[in-house]
Amino acid sequence: MKNKTKTITIEPITRLEGHGKIEIFLNDEGNVDNAYFQVVELRGFEKFCQGRPVEEMARLTTRLCGVCPWAHHIASSKTLDEVFKVKSPAAARKIRELGYCAHMIHSHLVHIYALGGPDFVVTPSAPPEERNLLGVIGKVGLDVGKTVIKNRYYAQRIQEIIGGKTIHPVFGLPGGISHPITEEQRKEIEKMSSELVEFARYTLNLVVDELILKNKDYVDLITGDVYYHKTYYMGLVDEHDKVNFYDGEVKVIDPDGKEYCRFGERDYLDFIAEHVEPWSYLKFPYLKKIGWKGFIDGKDSGIYRVAPLARLNVADGMATPLAQEAYERMYDILGGRPAHHTLANHWARIIENLYASERMLELATDAEITEKKVRNIPTETPGEGVGICEAPRGTLMHHYWADTEGIVEKVNLIVATGHNNAGMHMSVKRAAEKLIRNWKVDDGILNMVEMAFRAYDPCLACATHSLPGRMPMEINVRGPDGRVERRLTRGVG
Amino acid sequence: MSDKLKLAIARGATCSGCDVEIVDINEKLLEILEIVDIVYAAVIMDTKLKDVEKWDDGYIDITLHHGAIRDSENEHIAKLFRAKSKTLISFGSCSCYGGVPGLANVTDKEGIFREAFSHTASTDNPDYTVPLPEWTDENGHRLTLPKFYDEVMSLDDIVPVDYYLPGCPPLVTQINQALDAIVTGNLPPKGAVLASEKTLCDECKRTKPEKITIKKIYRPHEIELDPEKCFLEQGIICLGPATRAGCDAKCIEANMPCRGCLGPTAAAIDQGGSMLSAITSILAISDKETELSEEDIEKLVAQIKDPLGTFYRFSMPKSLLRRTVKERKEAQHEK
Repeated sequence: MKNKTKTITIEPITRLEGHGKIEIFLNDEGNVDNAYFQVVELRGFEKFCQGRPVEEMARLTTRLCGVCPWAHHIASSKTLDEVFKVKSPAAARKIRELGYCAHMIHSHLVHIYALGGPDFVVTPSAPPEERNLLGVIGKVGLDVGKTVIKNRYYAQRIQEIIGGKTIHPVFGLPGGISHPITEEQRKEIEKMSSELVEFARYTLNLVVDELILKNKDYVDLITGDVYYHKTYYMGLVDEHDKVNFYDGEVKVIDPDGKEYCRFGERDYLDFIAEHVEPWSYLKFPYLKKIGWKGFIDGKDSGIYRVAPLARLNVADGMATPLAQEAYERMYDILGGRPAHHTLANHWARIIENLYASERMLELATDAEITEKKVRNIPTETPGEGVGICEAPRGTLMHHYWADTEGIVEKVNLIVATGHNNAGMHMSVKRAAEKLIRNWKVDDGILNMVEMAFRAYDPCLACATHSLPGRMPMEINVRGPDGRVERRLTRGVG
Repeated sequence: MSDKLKLAIARGATCSGCDVEIVDINEKLLEILEIVDIVYAAVIMDTKLKDVEKWDDGYIDITLHHGAIRDSENEHIAKLFRAKSKTLISFGSCSCYGGVPGLANVTDKEGIFREAFSHTASTDNPDYTVPLPEWTDENGHRLTLPKFYDEVMSLDDIVPVDYYLPGCPPLVTQINQALDAIVTGNLPPKGAVLASEKTLCDECKRTKPEKITIKKIYRPHEIELDPEKCFLEQGIICLGPATRAGCDAKCIEANMPCRGCLGPTAAAIDQGGSMLSAITSILAISDKETELSEEDIEKLVAQIKDPLGTFYRFSMPKSLLRRTVKERKEAQHEK
């Protein structure tokens, strides 16, 4: 259908934690002239955390995001170790990592089954009312649905045992954690971890093998050019260059897969800077030495991406056997590393879910895990510290400066979805450009545009992975006078 | 649509932990869906604000609103859902009291913008570009953003609220109780807080002596934390005496002191004031027989670091202080 639409507004986009919107502007030929992915909120933590006792940061910064509060709690606890120049006992570090694996599973499972999954399990062009968790259950069966709920509960329960509260954990302190775990708790965690490993294997087989790889249309969609950008990638790696969520060095590879740089926590400011645009409340991080070159991909642009696919792209593999097998297979099928196919994030997320389960089971059976010594009381004068971990959606950086009394003077936070802000903006624009041609805009296109950033599991205040369904979207087709001439909506309850 | 109860989940300035906690009720969610139709919830389904705007006033039976009021979009959503809902519940501490984002009332828009878009260590912004409510790009494309306010407000600063369900987030048990009350129609009189009338100390399982007197205040990282003894008795600030019960003392179970996320108790309006009074009664200064000199008393009180951010962590916008920077700006939001 032809008309003279110039502005396409997609608002509100939901299933984004926080509030976002998309504006697409068409030229005289009805093709995309420009598109914007806007983050429309700000809360100002970096300012109002000033003056707070620095040890409280672990309990304040969880409130940045109720969807990945553990990522902030872990990054903050690691930062506090640095601020107070105190090393946490081995058991404390392992318990932090164990709880964090549970969080990764809790977060990834919702995205796999309820948010990203429906596009593949149910199909991208299914009627909107079917493209949600209930649709997934309809396709795979109620028993599977109940199994998802049960396993997600296990992850929830493990977080509660360790963190105190599943959402907004409290156990992290400079120099360790607030309580050890008992043998009884360890046994409970071990049992649930074993089941989670089995469930992760089941998920890999069901979603990747049965539902995606057996469907040529999906394989074409994933490996096609609508959702494709060659960029730098960033992620944490351990001493063997394997994916690690809790600790390690930050490694960045260039679009050809060559290592571009590698840095420890304290040096991040030498490598990362942030750009501000007047049309978004979220800044745009970029590789400092390359510089901000605008919203372009490739080797000459400082734009890089994080999140599951980026983590797998930078690493030489996974540290656990089943996940390693799945990792090798993914790159065999995608034609090697790095993979630039944004939608492959879904696949990488499923592999990470398996790694997190295997790693959690390893930790639950670690001889040190029930050690009573889980704290070293700080004795040094507090100062400055940086802590970096991998949030479910990518690299997370906390940086605090405290005065000698341990009161916060300054804070810098770069969150996962921040790193991906430029990438998401480009992905949305590219999908719109490829899909909206010669004035043609229809309901199916909406879901395809939506899939461009859903792959990142964005977490603007972090909640994408919360519940079933798709984004409610509305496209207003406006005449030259700005009057709405045609309105495409979908999924109205 | 069926004759089931129509429920909406609306959000303001929030971390969305409230959304996740609602999902975390797990199987209970399936039970609830037998008797309730969710008509709006940005994270669950596809209804849009434009659709909500078309509904008759009072179309929604119950709206759970989480998040504080931080910008013009938050305010618009609050007003819209008030009009469309028979019953509006302030869900979570941000909506009830401003919550942690409410600590931003120690500063204002300019303070936050300067920090976020200029002073932060990784920001490279020599021309001080800041997000604008309206901006037009080089091709004449016009983009808009919500207006950022100077002050954070609670939901009931903007619209009348029928019930309050505090917590950060409200726990699964609290949510289940509230949902049961909703679906069975067993709600208390309007204005009620759907949580315990007791203080957290009443529920806390730790042993507590008749009278506590402390001579030194410690921060949680400074000493070994005894998992059995009252935190206040150990000299650690715990907001238990000034905080509403209902959380099963989960933080204390994890051996960390309370920070007051359920807000003030039924008996107090100002959580910080109520905590200050609790503290002064246990510091070794109020006793008639105190041997402390004026100077020692000053030193002891000075050991309380950041009373503002500790005693008012979740309730500053709803406290008697409201904010610390300047006079409340009446003109910043639509009346």
